[in-house]
Amino acid sequence: MRAEGLRQNVLRAVLALATVMLGWQGLAHAQPDAQTKKTLSPPQDVRAFDTPSDGGGSLTVVWSPAPYDSAATRYQVLLSEGTTVPDLAAMKVVAEFPANQHYVRESKWPWWTRPATAEQHQFTLRNGRGVELKNGTTYSITVAAVLNDDRGIAQPVQATPQPNWMNWNQINNLVLALLFGGIVFYAISTARKREIFLRRIPGLDAVDEAIGRATELGKPILYLTGAHDMSDPSTIAAAVILGRVAKRTAAYETDLLVPHRDPITMAVCQEITKQAYLEAGKPDLYKEDSNFFITSDQFSYTAAVDGIMLRKKPAANFFMGAYFAEALLLTETGASTGAIQIAGTDSDHQLPFFVTTCDYTLIGEELYAASAYLSREPVQVGTLRGQDIGKALILGILGVGTILATLGVMLDVQWPQLFLDVFKDVK
Amino acid sequence: MIFFRRQVPLLITLITGLVFAAQYYVPHPASEQMLTSVTKWLQIISGFALVLGVSSLFHVHAIKIRRKEAGWGYSFVLYVSMLGTIAVGLWSNGKEAVDGTMTAFGWIYNFMMVPLQGTMFAILAFFIASAAYRSFRARSREAAVLLIAAMIVMMGRVPLGEYLIPISGDLSQWILNVLNASVRRAILIGVSLGTVALSIKIIFGMERSYLGGGKE
Repeated sequence: MRAEGLRQNVLRAVLALATVMLGWQGLAHAQPDAQTKKTLSPPQDVRAFDTPSDGGGSLTVVWSPAPYDSAATRYQVLLSEGTTVPDLAAMKVVAEFPANQHYVRESKWPWWTRPATAEQHQFTLRNGRGVELKNGTTYSITVAAVLNDDRGIAQPVQATPQPNWMNWNQINNLVLALLFGGIVFYAISTARKREIFLRRIPGLDAVDEAIGRATELGKPILYLTGAHDMSDPSTIAAAVILGRVAKRTAAYETDLLVPHRDPITMAVCQEITKQAYLEAGKPDLYKEDSNFFITSDQFSYTAAVDGIMLRKKPAANFFMGAYFAEALLLTETGASTGAIQIAGTDSDHQLPFFVTTCDYTLIGEELYAASAYLSREPVQVGTLRGQDIGKALILGILGVGTILATLGVMLDVQWPQLFLDVFKDVK
Repeated sequence: MIFFRRQVPLLITLITGLVFAAQYYVPHPASEQMLTSVTKWLQIISGFALVLGVSSLFHVHAIKIRRKEAGWGYSFVLYVSMLGTIAVGLWSNGKEAVDGTMTAFGWIYNFMMVPLQGTMFAILAFFIASAAYRSFRARSREAAVLLIAAMIVMMGRVPLGEYLIPISGDLSQWILNVLNASVRRAILIGVSLGTVALSIKIIFGMERSYLGGGKE
């Protein structure tokens, strides 16, 4: 009986000890939560305002970073319509993300439009995904910090979305465009005063050779203006070059064939060709049908032009402007007829095909330089000089930018960003 | 008359050029609305211009048929197919299918146009082969460089090539990402500057040949 009593006492003591231990463990687990509850304060310095430089329907909220910023803690952005908020908990959660994200430094704002310092948090609310922000309507907006069941909500602030009349984020773009415009005008005025050297462009030197060859053989010249319409600068450049080519075909009394994919381009090119024949003193040789429309369909047009090449066997083919998959179909057929082929395009994806199959290719900007090269007018030549100065500037900026960006990473400093932002998103 | 032929178009070009250059920097909905409206105008004008194109097409091919020029039979085929398609299109109300049933117009499009377009596109494969054969003959230093680069890229892009020469995959990526991409960017910078310069010349009336030449 005594032994039985002793065993029961020992068992009770063990159970009591286990209870104490478990209780202590539970307390130990609960302790940090209690501590966090004490430290999880609402986000500080919350500001909300209309997102600058946008078309409206958007609000931005910024707030200061907190000591509890980590992946475990989350921020919620809360929104409600109107200036008063009777119940903070009833506000609609429109965004939620880990507390170590959405800093101003991660945003696309350049330094001159940043509404807060780089280390602050920011979130931009836009229409869509359950959010509808009406321009001119005032909204209450706030931010809550959340960790497990604990939630610290800041006092709501008010903001009204409005459309803006100026996108200040792209002011660097405007300044650089104006600067480039100024350089072009300066170069033109210089070109009017003195002669500017132009490097040889073999493809344009060959224009006379091609027209001369066509004249000798008594065969026509085929000139294509590309796949785009007159709203594309490459088509305009192609039309301008057509004027120079037409003037020479008029002088040499050679037939000119210009099949088109766009009726408006056809009408413009008819006028350009007519004027070229007038200037060459051969208006009677001008044929209204030299510019003709085929179709807007890519491969139907290609088939028709290939047919013209095979039947009429032009002595020279010009491919100027923008091209797509039809480029090789056209130039390879032209090459098979033995024609001299001169291409000029800014479609970089088609350049390999042109280089492969044509005798001469005007690469990229040479298409735009062709007009200056053929006419030698001071305005045209000056523009070319302006482009060259622009390229030199860009080259310099690329070099300096590369060095600064590398320094920024190596030294872990932010100041190079001041320079890099100026040339960011220039398009 | 010269005022309407020269000055008025130049004035319209100047104003619209400046307004739409500025539009890029104005995010206001009114600005977006203006751009949308003008884009619609362009579409409408293009629709009318198609009449101009089709009349040119009829005119050119009518002359060929009348004069019995070489290949006038093709012009005749064009007339028959175009008029036939217009008639069928009108008869089908311009619809390709009604209640899930293909109309005659839809049949022409799906069983004539689409296969013909596909055929033209398919020819590209053979043309690439013939163009590659001509250009890859290492007749000059540049052609030799082209040939070597092309061989490496080809080997790196097909699984068998990479299996046979494991380094060709990385080498091919390096050629594409470093050499090719940098040259393309250089070309694009030049093109962009050329485009801006041409636009400035057109907006300020320094380039007028698109209006029909002349220097007055």
